Amino acid sequence: MSATTRTAASPSVSSGTSALLLLLKMRTFVALILVFAFFAINAPNFLTTANAVIISKHVALNAFLAIGMTFVIITGGIDLSVGSIVGLCGMVAGWLVLYGIDLNAIGIAYSIQFNTVEIALITVLVGMFVGLINGLLITKLNVAPFIATLGTLYVARGAALLASGGRTFPNLSGNPEYGSASFPFIGTGNLLGLPFMIWMLIAVAAIAAYVAGRTPLGRHIYAVGGNERGAALSGVKVNRVKLFVYVFSGFCAALVGLIIASQLQASHPATGETFELNAIAAAVLGGTSMSGGRGRIGGTIVGAFVIGILSDGLIMMGVSSFWQTVIKGLVIIAAVVIDQAQSRLQARVALQQEAAAAHVS
Amino acid sequence: MTEDHPIGLTIRRGVKVYPGTVALKGVDFDLRMGAVNVLVGENGAGKSTLMKVIAGVESLTEGETSRNGQVVHFRSKADAVAQGIGIVFQELNLFPNLTVAENIFIGREPTRAGVDIDREHQRAETARLMKRLEQPIDPDTPLGNLRIGQQQIVEIAKALAQNAEILILDEPTSALSAAEVEVLFRVIADLKAHGVGIVYISHRLEELIRIGDYITVLRDGAITGSRPMQGVDIPWIVRAMIGDSSKEFGRTEPPNFGDEVFRAEEVVLPRPGGGNAVDHVSLSVRSGEIVGLYGLMGAGRTEFLECIMAQHPHSGGRFFVEGKPLTERDVAGRIARGIALIPEDRKRDGLVQIMAIRENLTLSALGRFTRLFHLDLKAEARTAAEFVKRLTIKVASPENPVSSLSGGNQQKVVIGKALMTDPKILLMDEPSRGIDIGAKAEVFRTMRRLAAEGLGILFVTSDLDEVLALSDRIIVMANGRITGTFPSGTDAAEVIAATAPVKESAA
Repeated sequence: MSATTRTAASPSVSSGTSALLLLLKMRTFVALILVFAFFAINAPNFLTTANAVIISKHVALNAFLAIGMTFVIITGGIDLSVGSIVGLCGMVAGWLVLYGIDLNAIGIAYSIQFNTVEIALITVLVGMFVGLINGLLITKLNVAPFIATLGTLYVARGAALLASGGRTFPNLSGNPEYGSASFPFIGTGNLLGLPFMIWMLIAVAAIAAYVAGRTPLGRHIYAVGGNERGAALSGVKVNRVKLFVYVFSGFCAALVGLIIASQLQASHPATGETFELNAIAAAVLGGTSMSGGRGRIGGTIVGAFVIGILSDGLIMMGVSSFWQTVIKGLVIIAAVVIDQAQSRLQARVALQQEAAAAHVS
Repeated sequence: MTEDHPIGLTIRRGVKVYPGTVALKGVDFDLRMGAVNVLVGENGAGKSTLMKVIAGVESLTEGETSRNGQVVHFRSKADAVAQGIGIVFQELNLFPNLTVAENIFIGREPTRAGVDIDREHQRAETARLMKRLEQPIDPDTPLGNLRIGQQQIVEIAKALAQNAEILILDEPTSALSAAEVEVLFRVIADLKAHGVGIVYISHRLEELIRIGDYITVLRDGAITGSRPMQGVDIPWIVRAMIGDSSKEFGRTEPPNFGDEVFRAEEVVLPRPGGGNAVDHVSLSVRSGEIVGLYGLMGAGRTEFLECIMAQHPHSGGRFFVEGKPLTERDVAGRIARGIALIPEDRKRDGLVQIMAIRENLTLSALGRFTRLFHLDLKAEARTAAEFVKRLTIKVASPENPVSSLSGGNQQKVVIGKALMTDPKILLMDEPSRGIDIGAKAEVFRTMRRLAAEGLGILFVTSDLDEVLALSDRIIVMANGRITGTFPSGTDAAEVIAATAPVKESAA
């Protein structure tokens, strides 16, 4: 935001232009306020604490995925596999709660059981592993991100279905004997007045925002998306950066899988279908550029809230789900159109400033 | 003279302005039919721009073009083709996945009753053209299977197939063997006899004198010499190319060279089609020394710098920084050892256009501002501001995107980025490309100052003027090999002579 104030203070740019630019920069936020105000007036019970908690729980699931997706898109890539990773990781968590790891297969009549923390850890590692495969396919084997993650989308979904033969793992309430009775807490528990999963989201979002803004890794992520060759020649380890973003995206997806399994105390292999599209939508709505190099975690979170409030609010108003889908699509298109307008205006303002500076000196 | 060779196309007071530079400054050019009109000048002198104007690829900002006495406006290449103008670009515009015949007829395929492509006709016509060019190339060969020289022949055949009355050849011999050059010259003589006006661009001066009927010399976008070829010799061309009064970037202080900071030994980079792009190159640079690496396009200079910067994993050879072998295999490691590269293509390789000026400046040196993993943004901004001042980069705010700067200021950002890594040796690939005269002078002054501060500089240029004025030592490359090393103050003609590949002097 500091750049914005400086723009506004520059005398060479008309105040009308900079006000418009500020408005455009804050557009997702403006949209959020508008959507919020609209439903506060028009939807009954919208402004209740209970509803706020429900909405933020819905939003949180998408926000996790969208945070991971934002990093991937900033590098100029795409991760279509996150929805499937959600499904797969849900099944992994369910399996571990119900069966643990059975060593019968390797000839030992013994099975290892895990407590909640261990289950969460293994599940997250599985998600990161799929992300690692995505990253290796893209960096080492030079597969286009779209294709590589499309492939893992199918593989991970297939694996999820194979895990249970297509059936649901029911009754994941855990077993006190193994220390996994606290499994439902991940998705349903409360801590200091907020749902535990919201705390998790706050932590992940804060770390992601910190990485993006205050670490060399974050800067490198932007540089790779802005100009991969230029970044490589500047000494940025491009492949390492790309591996990181896909592994991180897998990590975020695994958290979602874990949370859903815990919330429902059941895991179904089809969980997470089309989640990747919602995540992309939130990132784009939040100002992430699909051509890479631009995007912010804060914007993505706001984008996820706009989408979440929009769909939940429309449901509360009794709008048909068919119309909801249409409206969601229109909002996304409008966001990108405005984004283009902003980039053009911003480039023009910067050029004017530089021209003015060249004139003075 | 004029009766033999009527003027087929003229340009009067032609001006072409690109953002940031003026490529043509009021050029008057007459193109004579039935003759070879030779065009010569250094890279960036405006030859290619002038040809693009004639071929309709670019249009003039000011001035007019007339064809056979009538004013014409070419809005596109198609307009020029309709006026019988064909061009063979230096960079090949061919499709490796299509056959030779398909390439020659691309965009104007002969059809049977307007439906499907008449392959028989296409093939027969191609075979006829290949016979005329004395090339045993089968029309059905996929183009990608041909050598570069043969591809160039196909490009020429493509222009011939359009029955051009005016044919522009931009460095047609750069990839041809001596025998193929002879064939091309025979074809040119034949075309001349049929009244075709030919514009011929080349850096090989002997070749120009041999084949040309008229010569036009361009320097910095203006014509500095235009006459029939009789009586023209190489010294005359060189004088017209670089002028009598050399631009002054000379050193002000006496040279003060230190120890050797960088040495390359036996660097080899194989070319995909066989042969070596960089052929056993060895050189060394002392601290405080500016070494100019001069040569024609494609001499292997850029590739050599890229080898130093670990861009070619299959290259061979050894590098030493301050006597110690450079074993790091990646760019970050080499930067850490004190090597910095300023790439030739600023836009593509040098900058991240959408990032802020500050972020570009510090991109290679983020470690300076990092404790553990935390980036100290204040320290970063402070250092960026310091470099902006030190390199006199004109910016309104270091937070603006780097794309909003002029070419010269962008180049200074790239230099700043390299300097921030505390290099011992600075590799600069065409540091003055695409920036105006004023900015050039500043970049050169900066180079001088850096050398005086003890940096070793190895810079690549195609500008003779620049290499003569700026270098403490001149190394000339041709066909991937070092063909000459000269002290500063060497005569221009000697340097030029070293750039002509050996096979050409044999021809």
